[in-house]
Amino acid sequence: MEPFQRYRDVVDDFEAFIDACERSLSMAVRVNTLKATPEQVERAFDEAGIGYERADWHPHVVRVETDTPGVTWPSIHGWVHGQEEVSAIPASVLAPEPGDRVLDACAAPGSKATQLAAEMQDEGTLVANDNNLGRLSALRFNCERLGVTNVAVTNRDARNFSLKPFAAEDEHEGPQFDRVLVDAPCSCEGTIRKNPDALDGWSEDHVAGIAGVQKGILRRAIQVTRDGGHVVYSTCTFAPEENEAVLDHVLQKEDCRLVDYDLALEHDDGLTGWRDTEFDPQVAKAKRVYPHQNDTGGFFTAKLEVSA
Amino acid sequence: MSENDGQRFDRLPATAADREVDGRATREAVVDWWENRFGIPAETFDDHTFWEKGAGKIWIFAGDAPSPIAIEGLGMTFLRTRQEHWKPTTDAVQRFGRLATKNVFELTDEQAERFVDGQDQEIPYDGDWGYVIAAHEIAGDREPIGVGLYVYGELKSTVPKGRQRSV
Ligand SMILES: C[S@@+](CC[C@H](N)C(=O)[O-])C[C@H]1O[C@@H](n2cnc3c(N)ncnc32)[C@H](O)[C@@H]1O
Repeated sequence: MEPFQRYRDVVDDFEAFIDACERSLSMAVRVNTLKATPEQVERAFDEAGIGYERADWHPHVVRVETDTPGVTWPSIHGWVHGQEEVSAIPASVLAPEPGDRVLDACAAPGSKATQLAAEMQDEGTLVANDNNLGRLSALRFNCERLGVTNVAVTNRDARNFSLKPFAAEDEHEGPQFDRVLVDAPCSCEGTIRKNPDALDGWSEDHVAGIAGVQKGILRRAIQVTRDGGHVVYSTCTFAPEENEAVLDHVLQKEDCRLVDYDLALEHDDGLTGWRDTEFDPQVAKAKRVYPHQNDTGGFFTAKLEVSA
Repeated sequence: MSENDGQRFDRLPATAADREVDGRATREAVVDWWENRFGIPAETFDDHTFWEKGAGKIWIFAGDAPSPIAIEGLGMTFLRTRQEHWKPTTDAVQRFGRLATKNVFELTDEQAERFVDGQDQEIPYDGDWGYVIAAHEIAGDREPIGVGLYVYGELKSTVPKGRQRSV
């Protein structure tokens, strides 16, 4: 937990934060509404004698009392997907609608992509991209198991994501997106409760390196979004270099702004400064979820609108 | 006629008259197959397009895309063609099999557990031999589990290794 000492002055009740980071996390699943309703899932868990509790902040997130949700009938049928509770935040903030054209720029292994497809009711097009081919096969497996048919899978570096494969015959580029999710590769500090070795190899150099990639990915995401469209940027880390500093950079370089959104989980606002750096005050609209606030993993989410 | 190119997705021709690639299934034949084999109405697939990538592997995609398209995935793998007996995928049967009215095996709890564990079992049945939908009752409804092959009085489980579970 040594790297977390840097957050002593930014996290309220730092001791509670560290305590929470040291506790393991209970299992959660997300109901896949393409195949089942929460009521059907609850009835199936009742039949299997498995205890559960619905999360109060999200209608499809269910905490389950089993260490192996993957060997239950609801999972075999693709009615549920094992997914950390906070991982359900960004897709519900992006809130795509049926018929939208949506990009998930860093999509593997597909927890959020399948959630996006469910929100779209499997209508419209979801492009799920990742630069790691091995992880893409896990994504395809999850999409198929959950019954998704509106997904097109691409294998690109999201920093130079191409619209060309989707170009109509007489056109050079495919259409821009209505909504884009950038669930960026990150230093994963917020997953410490699930992976106790998440901080192995942590260094400020490593953080700075990933931040460079994140900036490139978020900029490209904005470029491929239509005017008035939305981009959600999320990470499972606390490092401001990978969160507010990335937003600050992109606000300077691209035509976009941060927008407010609702989140029914306890959270903090984005940090408007870190060490000697002041950020664009808009970054306060981002939300930080700390493990001790809701007994979950840690998460960061921001919503941007691309300007006309 | 040209040959199938396994590196890209090609939309299936609507009918045999539109066919340009040797041996390629047509949309009409694919939709008819589900209707004939399982009684799933053709209209079920009105908003989907069908694609071939890899010889005989048919994918189902919601909506449309330019054809051909060279990407990693397009919708869901749906049906294996270019062989004597066409074979549906587990995922397709799970997604669309609720609508089936024939060639469905309703399994007891114990039979369903053996089936999803990949085990073959002897079950008397007076329907057609061939690929069938294995289903069971859960949360008050019949729900498809996967694809079985019924031959010589035996239901063989074709649930892929990666989807087998010991419940
Ligand atoms: C936080 S994970 C995504 C998790 C995923 N959204 C989900 O919910 O299942 C970040 C992903 O970014 C991918 N990635 C890393 N660098 C990338 C790049 N330059 N372009 C595209 N994807 C990248 C990694 O392979 C990894 O799968």
